[in-house]
Amino acid sequence: MKMRLMALLCAASVAGVIALLFATPRAAFGQGEVRQPGAVYDFDFKGEKPAPAPRRDISGVWEPAANASAGINANGAQQMPSDGKPEHELPFTPEGRAAFLSHKPTFGVTMVPSALTNDPMPGCDPQGFPRIVLHNFRTSRIIQTPENVVILYEFNKKWRTIWTDGRAIPKEVDEPRWWGYSVGRWVDDFTFAAESYGFDDRTWLDNAGRPHSDAMRVREEYKRTDRDHVVLTIVVDDPKFYTKPWTALILPLRLQSSHFDIREMECSPSETALYNKLFANPAAGVEAK
Amino acid sequence: MHRTVVTLVALAAGLLIGSRPVAAHHGAAAFENDPAKRQVLKGTVTEWIWANPHTFLQFDVKRDDGQTVHWVVEASNPPDMQNRGWTNKSFKAGDEVTVTVRPVKSGAPVGSIIQVQFPDGHVLRAVNEPAPAQRQQ
Repeated sequence: MKMRLMALLCAASVAGVIALLFATPRAAFGQGEVRQPGAVYDFDFKGEKPAPAPRRDISGVWEPAANASAGINANGAQQMPSDGKPEHELPFTPEGRAAFLSHKPTFGVTMVPSALTNDPMPGCDPQGFPRIVLHNFRTSRIIQTPENVVILYEFNKKWRTIWTDGRAIPKEVDEPRWWGYSVGRWVDDFTFAAESYGFDDRTWLDNAGRPHSDAMRVREEYKRTDRDHVVLTIVVDDPKFYTKPWTALILPLRLQSSHFDIREMECSPSETALYNKLFANPAAGVEAK
Repeated sequence: MHRTVVTLVALAAGLLIGSRPVAAHHGAAAFENDPAKRQVLKGTVTEWIWANPHTFLQFDVKRDDGQTVHWVVEASNPPDMQNRGWTNKSFKAGDEVTVTVRPVKSGAPVGSIIQVQFPDGHVLRAVNEPAPAQRQQ
């Protein structure tokens, strides 16, 4: 009798352990993708029914919902890539077109070999905003406080602040910033909108050398559609360089575990110099500097 | 017949997906894009550099005439390569490797890695395209 009870208890324990294994967050979210020890990314899958969106909350670790590279747009802004198609021709002003043609990107219709580029980013100058999201949106953490929304980006280990303490965006900015000056508000319980202004015009808009002027305003929206998703939209409004505002990015993001350890990705000048010496210069057929 | 259709579909998928470069931000202009111009090189690893902006592998290839050619070939950045199962310990000096390379147009012994095969048959793939073996099915 005692033996039978022991066997029953053992079987119950094994069943309990198996049940616990399948009740992990990964199982709750659906299919996962192991990308490094201890990290499982969750992606969308057919038939899932996420819980409703929380109210006025976009905090958490976010990843492009479609796949790991859905936020990487080497050939320029996702909605308007530099691919020569008429529908992707940007509404340049003459000044904007001249600025574009003065840039020598390594991707897009005006690309040059990397050793001949004048892209500020490979030399580790800040890529700034909105290039960080138009070129390379990777795993990012959004933190909300009463005063601001802070976004920590994996790409080149950068961060920016969007003020939510009721201040107005400055009418004049004496000190232009690589990342602009950002102010945000809740449009409704599930939509957070920010506007950024006061940019340093040395940064590029995207990886294909699209330019912006010091008059640029960027409209940024996070629409929380359910518990697991938010849709990021970026609109560029720069009357000096473009005749009308244009939508540059519509990117669905998926919530990841809040315990996720975002990987380190830094722009190191010394590593870049080694790369140029051993690889980029010989690739372009130019003498090492 | 069925086998032919599967092969054609796989080839078409390969062309579509294979034409997308690694998520590189350091230029596509210098490289030969024609898959027919890829080179398969047998050599000995001298150094594996796990760094930004891109990782790269250095190895020596002995030519038939006895000369040694030193090759430098890149893959993507460390996070992208981690996603594909590579690590900072994927290679060590002295490893014998067979590297499929997309060479540069200049003719210099530099290029980007398509895949690396080890003597035991193990393959590390660097790009988002079906493995050659799958295309032959």
